[in-house]
Amino acid sequence: MFQGLTIVLAFACVIPLIAILIYIIKAGIGKINWNFITNVEKPVGEIGGGIAHALVGSMLVILVASVIAIPIGILCGIFLSENRKSKLAYWSRLSVDILQGVPSIVIGIVAYIWLVKPFGYSAISGSIALAIMMFPIIIRSTEETLKMLPDTLREAGFALGMPFHRVVLKIIVPCGISGILSGVMLSVARIAGETAPLLFTAFGYQFLSVNMTKPMETLPHLIFKYAITPYKDWQDLAWGASCILLIWVLLLNILTKIITRRWKVQL
Amino acid sequence: MESTIIKSVDYNGYFGDNHVVKNVNIEIPKNNVIAVMGPSGCGKTTFLRGINRMHELIPGATAKGKILLNNEDVMEMHPIFVRLKIGMVFQRPNPFPNLSIYDNVIAGYKLNGIKLPKAEKDKIVEHSLTRVALWKEVKDSLTKKGTFLSGGQQQRLCIARAVAMEPEVLLFDEPTSALDPISTSTVEELFHELKKNYTLIIVTHNMQQAARVSDKTAFFYMGELVEYDDTKKMFTNPSDIRTQNYITGRFS
Repeated sequence: MFQGLTIVLAFACVIPLIAILIYIIKAGIGKINWNFITNVEKPVGEIGGGIAHALVGSMLVILVASVIAIPIGILCGIFLSENRKSKLAYWSRLSVDILQGVPSIVIGIVAYIWLVKPFGYSAISGSIALAIMMFPIIIRSTEETLKMLPDTLREAGFALGMPFHRVVLKIIVPCGISGILSGVMLSVARIAGETAPLLFTAFGYQFLSVNMTKPMETLPHLIFKYAITPYKDWQDLAWGASCILLIWVLLLNILTKIITRRWKVQL
Repeated sequence: MESTIIKSVDYNGYFGDNHVVKNVNIEIPKNNVIAVMGPSGCGKTTFLRGINRMHELIPGATAKGKILLNNEDVMEMHPIFVRLKIGMVFQRPNPFPNLSIYDNVIAGYKLNGIKLPKAEKDKIVEHSLTRVALWKEVKDSLTKKGTFLSGGQQQRLCIARAVAMEPEVLLFDEPTSALDPISTSTVEELFHELKKNYTLIIVTHNMQQAARVSDKTAFFYMGELVEYDDTKKMFTNPSDIRTQNYITGRFS
């Protein structure tokens, strides 16, 4: 009886995902074609508008966010796993946990006050806001992965006369690489669809731009912008863009699974 | 008279306020196998880890006194240098799971960033694996991961890894307690071979093992070095009543 209930509920969890997938793919897949991917925005009424500017923008914003968040996040995770009992580790672990719970819109507003008010709307401020959202995911997954590694590995390194930084970089990190990478990928997947922090920072732009210091269009923002318009054409574009974003995130998640499996070090 | 390679002078080890090794004075002659035995929690492992300064890696652990390696105090030396001179093998086999068998043997060079020509590496690998009687078993699978081997083979791989650095002293922390009886006897046979080139200090729970493999035995109890003598004498005619009680199994 209980077992039956767990099975039923397990299926129930999958239903929303499948429903969303089917609905978005049905509504969006028909809109996707070569023009859709390569053209930029056109005025209402003109057909053949596309999302190239948002695709490029999203990639750039996420790339820069990753460049900021990955090294800092991994180093911080290493610190937390190597200094489990220190005061600093306790407080930084607590901060990371709280940061994880901060709503993305709040992070967007903070980025707005810190960066946009003094410097104006820019893609880089969006990247920074997204990087802040990536930190907790990367830090905690790095920490958890490295904590799982047996202490005997560290000791083996030290006993061979290896200095601390080599033990970490040559033994600990390579042995935990699959967990670290999966944290990184999940954090990228997580922020790929974030809209709220970008509303106040990268802002949006109707042309193709690669200038990080100027406003830039991103996929989630474009979806938001088009979806709230009353024009059927633009709403269709939003469906298409949703579909692309969904596929993108799905692929990232699948890639994460593959990487985790492929690069797993058998202890 | 055999020359002394390691000598401890009033060595004390602590974990925070916990005084676990008390005033140990011991002289260890070169090319001997020394067994260190005693009940759990008697400080024998702490003392062993003090010799190559691994003890101080544990947060809150401190040490006082001197440990002389060829009359030089290791407490004054750089710990990394000490650990290159004094190798260590642990209780559980711990080959690096991300490295091949070959790379595990030369891990001390490779991971320390020391570049060696291929021929030299090959030589070290073959030499070290031969020393631990593993060469014949693994010479065709050197590219496989170290964790592919059985527990006993892994432990010998770990010994080879320590041997590859050409240390003067090898420390063993209960090296066979995680192994099956057959692997245990293989490793014990190794000790007789290894002592030709190195000095071996072996911490063991197992009295029979101490009696079988060692030239001299040290008995630790409650953090003190109670008795230290030739193994034969220790097991036939110990001078301290505590040693006698331990050996006859009155406590463990």
